[in-house]
Amino acid sequence: MSANAPTADLFRTERMRRRRIVNAFVEIGATVAALLAVGVLVIVVGSVVKRGWGAINVDFFTKTPALYSGFGPRPESGIENAIIGTLIIIGLALLMALPVAVLTAIYLNELAPRKLAGVVTLAFDVLNGIPAIVLGIFVFVFVVVGHGQAAWKASFALAILMVPMIARSTQEVLALVPTSMREASLALGAAKWRTTLSVVLPQAVGGIVTGATLATARAAGETAPLLFTTALYGDALDFNPTHPLATIPMFIFTSAEQADPVQQQQAWGAAAVLIGMILVASLIARWFADRSIRRMKGER
Amino acid sequence: MSLAHERVPGPAAFQRRGRIRPGDALLYVVTLAAALSGVVLLALITREVLVEAWPAMQKFGLGFLTTQAWGDHNKTLFGAKSFIYGTAVTSLGALLLATPISLAIALFLSELAPRWIRRIVAPLVELLAAIPSVVLGLWGILVLGPFITGTLGPALHGSFGWLPIFASKPTVGSNMFAAILILTIMIVPIVSSICRELFVGVPQELKDGALALGATRWEVVRGVVFPYARAGIAAALILGLGRAVGEAIAVTQVIGNNVAIHTDLFKPGDTLASRIAGQYQGADTALQVASLVYLAVILLVFSLIANLAAQLIVRRVAGRHQIR
Repeated sequence: MSANAPTADLFRTERMRRRRIVNAFVEIGATVAALLAVGVLVIVVGSVVKRGWGAINVDFFTKTPALYSGFGPRPESGIENAIIGTLIIIGLALLMALPVAVLTAIYLNELAPRKLAGVVTLAFDVLNGIPAIVLGIFVFVFVVVGHGQAAWKASFALAILMVPMIARSTQEVLALVPTSMREASLALGAAKWRTTLSVVLPQAVGGIVTGATLATARAAGETAPLLFTTALYGDALDFNPTHPLATIPMFIFTSAEQADPVQQQQAWGAAAVLIGMILVASLIARWFADRSIRRMKGER
Repeated sequence: MSLAHERVPGPAAFQRRGRIRPGDALLYVVTLAAALSGVVLLALITREVLVEAWPAMQKFGLGFLTTQAWGDHNKTLFGAKSFIYGTAVTSLGALLLATPISLAIALFLSELAPRWIRRIVAPLVELLAAIPSVVLGLWGILVLGPFITGTLGPALHGSFGWLPIFASKPTVGSNMFAAILILTIMIVPIVSSICRELFVGVPQELKDGALALGATRWEVVRGVVFPYARAGIAAALILGLGRAVGEAIAVTQVIGNNVAIHTDLFKPGDTLASRIAGQYQGADTALQVASLVYLAVILLVFSLIANLAAQLIVRRVAGRHQIR
């Protein structure tokens, strides 16, 4: 503000000065808050990588956890069984959640009467807000009590978590498919179901993949639904989903409280692997999202 | 409806109008079943949890909520009082810290930052939400805990020791203060990303109008952006609170799992969700299982109320502004 401008006096009042100071204070505060969030991210991810790096080698991915008696050389130990267990459980959860979520989204977006759509949407929103530990307890009392733990039961709990997320993102892309495409298909004499499955749904595939990938990434890190469904596992390699299987989150959870520094390092290593998996999944999701947006805009 | 009839081209297609085609009926039924699964599941969850908690609900009644005990008197007395207290203190504490930080981040990303900074910072903040709670808990035990006992705790006690919440120096890293910090880290990205979308949705004309009247940027935010997004902010905060209340893993890792009520935040405590998680290796008696599920009932009731409230707010606002 130039001092010799004719309006300068207006801006030099005490009141204006105060207003400006308050404004500057808030702007600096907002910037600091954003830096703080990024700083925390860097600190957390930094300490995971720094402390976990030493644990990560070929054995970490190809060996199962080995007990150390305290005498002699330490046996090579890894989290192969936990990685495989996580992949199996997440894969099954996706298999359960994906059809239900996509069909729900189709119903809500293409077929449902307004009022019923409102009820269903509300139910899924509420379901989405139920704490993961409560879902774990539900599956525990529903299918675990009296029957024992199993990996697929954990998948079931995780699937309940994933359905609302996938349904929501599928609905969002279905809404983006132009009505004119549906009309063109119907005008050619195609039935509604044919139009939905061969015209509308293919347009939305990118969005569905994005939603499914993000939901999978989130479910992969969830520990609470695993506690009561697949926590009592052995150290051996196991592919059978009717047994309780080891998982990366449970490995971190149980190793974190060990006093043994090597165990702790393994927990950090497992955390690094988990974050790596989630990061890769998120990047894939982002790539698919970008691609499907470009397609929607007609640039193939 | 015969298949031969379906294949007849031309005029037959017109005759079909108004009748339901089998394919359409099938699609309708299948998708409806999927859609109703959400409603059914919600009912099933409520029922199963209530049934399993019933023995404890019958034995302790509502007195469960005001009893401070877990397995006392030879595993016959259970109560949720200290866990309800711990849940309230940690989640409200986290909300208190997270609200200004989240609003500030949302303002920075929607109003202040140049586009290229937005492009970098916004995904990073969302990445913070993607860190699994068990990893945050691991970090809480092994990094944050020692930092609180070694540096932060003594400093806060030194400067604010006259406040009852900082009455003692932390002796162990596992305490309610650590849980508050971890929960804050968890809910900031959620609340801030919702608020950022709300702030971006405020019509530019309104902001321009205020700016043209000579308002500073902060005055625009206070006078236009906040009032416009008020209901949405409330809904975002409720969702954040719900998340903090329901978080089990990270909290159970850092809070110390103690059946006790302390005003001092540097003392260990426990929350509802964390107590449930802490018992995963098996409860000894049927009564203990039922009591555990009773805790889940309390959480479920709270999350149902919180979510319905948030959804109602959002829907009312959406109706008013005709957005979404």
